[in-house]
Amino acid sequence: MQTEIIISGFGGQGALFAGQLLAYTGLDHGLHVTWFPSYGPEMRGGTAHCTVILSDDEIGSPVVKNPSAAIVMNIPSLEKYEPLVASDGVLVVNTSLIDRHATRQDIDIIEVPANEIAEELGEKRLANLVLTGALIERLGVLTIEQVGKSLGNHIPEHRRNLLESNREALQRGAEIAQRAVQPG
Amino acid sequence: MGKELLKGNIAFAEAAIRAGCEAYFGYPITPQTEALEHMSRRMPELGRVFLQAESEIAAINMVYGAACAGVRVMTSSSSPGVSLMMEGLSYIAGSEVPVVLVNIMRGGPGLGNIAPSQGDYNQIVKGGGHGDYKPIVLAPATIQELIDLTFEAFDLAEKYRTIVVVLADGSIGQMMEPAELPPMQPVRAFDGRPEWALTGAVDRTPNVVSSIYIDPVEEEIFNLKLVEKQKQIEAEQVRSHKLWMDDAEIAVIAFGTAGRIAQTAVRDARSQGLNVGLLRPISLYPYPYDSVREVAEQVQRILVVEMNGGQMLDDVRLAVEGRVGVDFYGRMGGVVPLPDEVYEQIQKTYAQRANGR
Amino acid sequence: MTGRDGMVESLIYTKPVSLTERATHYCPGCTHGISHRLVAEVIDEMGRRETTIGVAPVGCSVFAYDYFNMDFAEAAHGRAPAMATGLKRVSPDRLVFTYQGDGDLASIGAAEILHAAGRGENITVIFINNAIYGMTGGQMAPTTLPGQKTTSTPSGRDIEMHGFPLKMCEILSQMDGAAYIVRRSLHDVAHIRKAKKAIRQAFEVQEQGIGFSMVELLSSCPTNWGISAQEALTWVEEHMVPAFPLGDYKVHASINAGKKG
Ligand SMILES: Cc1ncc(C[n+]2csc(CCOP(=O)(O)OP(=O)(O)O)c2C)c(N)n1
Ligand code: SF4
Repeated sequence: MQTEIIISGFGGQGALFAGQLLAYTGLDHGLHVTWFPSYGPEMRGGTAHCTVILSDDEIGSPVVKNPSAAIVMNIPSLEKYEPLVASDGVLVVNTSLIDRHATRQDIDIIEVPANEIAEELGEKRLANLVLTGALIERLGVLTIEQVGKSLGNHIPEHRRNLLESNREALQRGAEIAQRAVQPG
Repeated sequence: MGKELLKGNIAFAEAAIRAGCEAYFGYPITPQTEALEHMSRRMPELGRVFLQAESEIAAINMVYGAACAGVRVMTSSSSPGVSLMMEGLSYIAGSEVPVVLVNIMRGGPGLGNIAPSQGDYNQIVKGGGHGDYKPIVLAPATIQELIDLTFEAFDLAEKYRTIVVVLADGSIGQMMEPAELPPMQPVRAFDGRPEWALTGAVDRTPNVVSSIYIDPVEEEIFNLKLVEKQKQIEAEQVRSHKLWMDDAEIAVIAFGTAGRIAQTAVRDARSQGLNVGLLRPISLYPYPYDSVREVAEQVQRILVVEMNGGQMLDDVRLAVEGRVGVDFYGRMGGVVPLPDEVYEQIQKTYAQRANGR
Repeated sequence: MTGRDGMVESLIYTKPVSLTERATHYCPGCTHGISHRLVAEVIDEMGRRETTIGVAPVGCSVFAYDYFNMDFAEAAHGRAPAMATGLKRVSPDRLVFTYQGDGDLASIGAAEILHAAGRGENITVIFINNAIYGMTGGQMAPTTLPGQKTTSTPSGRDIEMHGFPLKMCEILSQMDGAAYIVRRSLHDVAHIRKAKKAIRQAFEVQEQGIGFSMVELLSSCPTNWGISAQEALTWVEEHMVPAFPLGDYKVHASINAGKKG
C-alpha cells in the first residue's frame, strides 16, 4: 500500500515541516518514505509545497499526479490540488484562509479553521499541525499518537518548549475531523 | 547506525566527510548549496579544510591544487557552475590527479532555472572539457545510492587517478529519504600521501604534476595511456540495475530520477498485465552497453525516458545497433515527468512492439 | 492643478517612465527597489530611456529587466561588465550600464570589473553592496564583515579562514581608466538623495565619454540578515558605513573642471 500526501501553502506556513513530520513518523514506524519539496527563492513570498509518500514497499517516483490526500493552506493551493486528489482521497482545507468550499463529491473533504484554533492555543504557527492532525485522523495510515511521538523525537531543540502545544494542535485537528461528517 | 531521514545535499556532503575527504572548495549555487553550507560547518569542526572560493573556476583549481598534494578532495556545484569548471577538469584529467565532483543538475541552457534536470549528460559523460578524456560518471537514483556512490567515488578516483563525477539532479539534492551513512574514516596522514604527490622533495627527486606535453608524440603517448586506463575502467566499473526483465517484452531504460519515476510507471504497467522491464544504468561512463545489448536481444521494443531532449538515447542506440525500435520520452527545462506520463508512453511502446523498427 | 472642490492638488509622486508597472519580487524593506527607482529617475531626467541599455546580473536583481522599461540583457554570473563592453563598443552613443550585487561584481566577476575599469570602458556600474549573497539564501559575500554570520560562515566570518572584505571603490579607484568611483549609502533619506546625485554624475561621465564610472550603494538584505527592515537600515549605518567609508574615491579632473565652468 502506498499513500501520497501533498501539503501546500504560502512560504512560512509550515507546509514543508508538516510534511517532514509525516515522513519522520513513517520512518519511525517502519514504512518506506520520501519527502519531496518545492524549492527555490521562496523567501520572497512564493508558494511552498511538498509531496510525502508513505509505503510498505520500496518507493519509485517521489512525485505523483494524483495524490491520495492533500492539505491546502491557501486559495491557490486549493485551486491547484482539489482537482488532482485521487477519487476517494482526502482533502483538508484551511478555512481560516480559504473562503470558499471545495466542490468535489468523490473525495472526503475536511474543513478546518486552523489559524483560529492555533490562535486559541496561543501560537499562530501551529496551524500546520492542526491541519496535519485532521488529515491523520481520516487518512488511516498513521495515528495521532505515532505522529505525536515522532514529533518528540525530531522537534528542533529551539522549539522543544512548544512540544506540548504542538501535540495539542494535532489533537485539536483530529477532533475536528472526528466531528466532521463522514461521506456515506 | 540505522537509517536517518536525510536530504540529498547533506547526505552526499556527509558521505564525503565519512570517506575521509580532507578538503572541500566550492561556490554557492542552487539547488546544491546545502552541501556547501554543511561543509562550512562540519569541516572546520573536524579540523579539515573548507573554503568558499570566489568562483567555480577558482574552486576547481583549488581542488586541483589540493589533489596534487595527494589528499582526498572534492567540490560540488550545479550546471552553470560546472560549466565554469570545464577548463580545470580538463587540466585535472591531463595530469591524472584524483578528484571527486558532485553535479546536482538544473534546468538549462544558460541561467535556465533551478529545477531538476538531466541536461548535462552529454557534457559530463562525454568528457566536457577539451581533449580526449572521460571521467567516471555515477548516477544515483536514491539518497542511499547517492551516499554509497559518493563514498566509493573517492576510492575509485584514487584507484584510477581520475575524475569521478556523481551526476544527480535537483530533486535528488533536495529530497529527503531514509538512508544510512557509512562509518567515519580518518583522513590520511601526511606521511601516507601517494608517492607521486607534491609533498616536498625530502630525500627524493622532485615530483612534477603537469598536463603539458609539447612534443605531439609524447602527448600521444600520454593519451594512449589514458585510453588504456579507460579500457580498464570499462572492464571493471560498469554498473546497472535490472528490474522485472525476466518476462519483459519491452524495456524502459532510464537513469537517476527518471529511472525511479519510470520504475513506478513500469510497476503500474505490470499490474495491468503488460510485460515490461526496467534497466537503470548507474555508471554512465563506463556505459552499460552490454546490458543494453542483452536487453535489445530479449525484448521487442525499447523506451528511453530522460529529463532532457534525448542525450543518453544516443548511447542506447549505439548498443541496440538497430536490433529493435527505440522510442523516446523526455521532459526538458526542469520539468519532472510524472509516472502517469511515462505510463502512457509505455502503453504506446507496448502497442508498437510487434511493428519492428 | 485645481481640483473640483477648488483645492489645489499637486503631484508629488509618479512612477518614473523608466520603470515598468510590474510589482517587484524583492522582499519587504529590501533596498534593491530604491536603487532601481533612483537609476530610473536619473535616466528619465536625462531623457535617455530610449537610448539606454541595461545589463542585469545573476543575483536577486536577476529580473531587473522586468522592472526597467528599456532594452536589457541578462548576463552570466559576474560577467555583466564584459557583456556591457561588447554592447558599448558597438553602440557608443548608447548609455550602457550594469547593475550588480557584491557576489556578482566582487567575487565571481572580479576579473571582469577590474578590466572594465582598467580599460576605462565607458560604461556605468551600479554596485549593490549588501554584504551577503541574497539570492542563494545568505552565504558569505566578499564584502561580508569580519565576524558576520552567514549560512557559509555559521560562526561568523573568520578572517583567518576567509580573509578580509574587499573594498571595491578603493581598489578600482587605483585604475587609470576609472573616471568616477564613489560610495554612497541608502540607509536614510538624506543619503538616498546623495546617492541619486552620484548616479546622475556617473551617467553624465559616460555621456561625456570620460571613462569608467561606478556608484557603490551600501544596501540592506533584511531577509538574510534575519532582522527587520528598519533594523537593517540601522545595521547599514552602524556597521557597514564604518567598514566601507562613504565618499568620492576617484573623480576625474575633467569632471571637476566641468563643474566649475
Ligand atoms: C556560475 C554560477 N555560479 C553560481 C550561481 C548561483 N548564484 C546565483 S546569485 C548568486 C549570488 C548573488 O549574490 P549577490 O551578487 O551579492 O546579489 P544579491 O542576491 O545579494 O542581490 C549566486 C552565487 C550562478 N547562478 N551561476
Ligand atoms: S534576499 Fe535580500 S537582497 Fe534579495 S530581495 Fe530579499 S532582502 Fe533583497
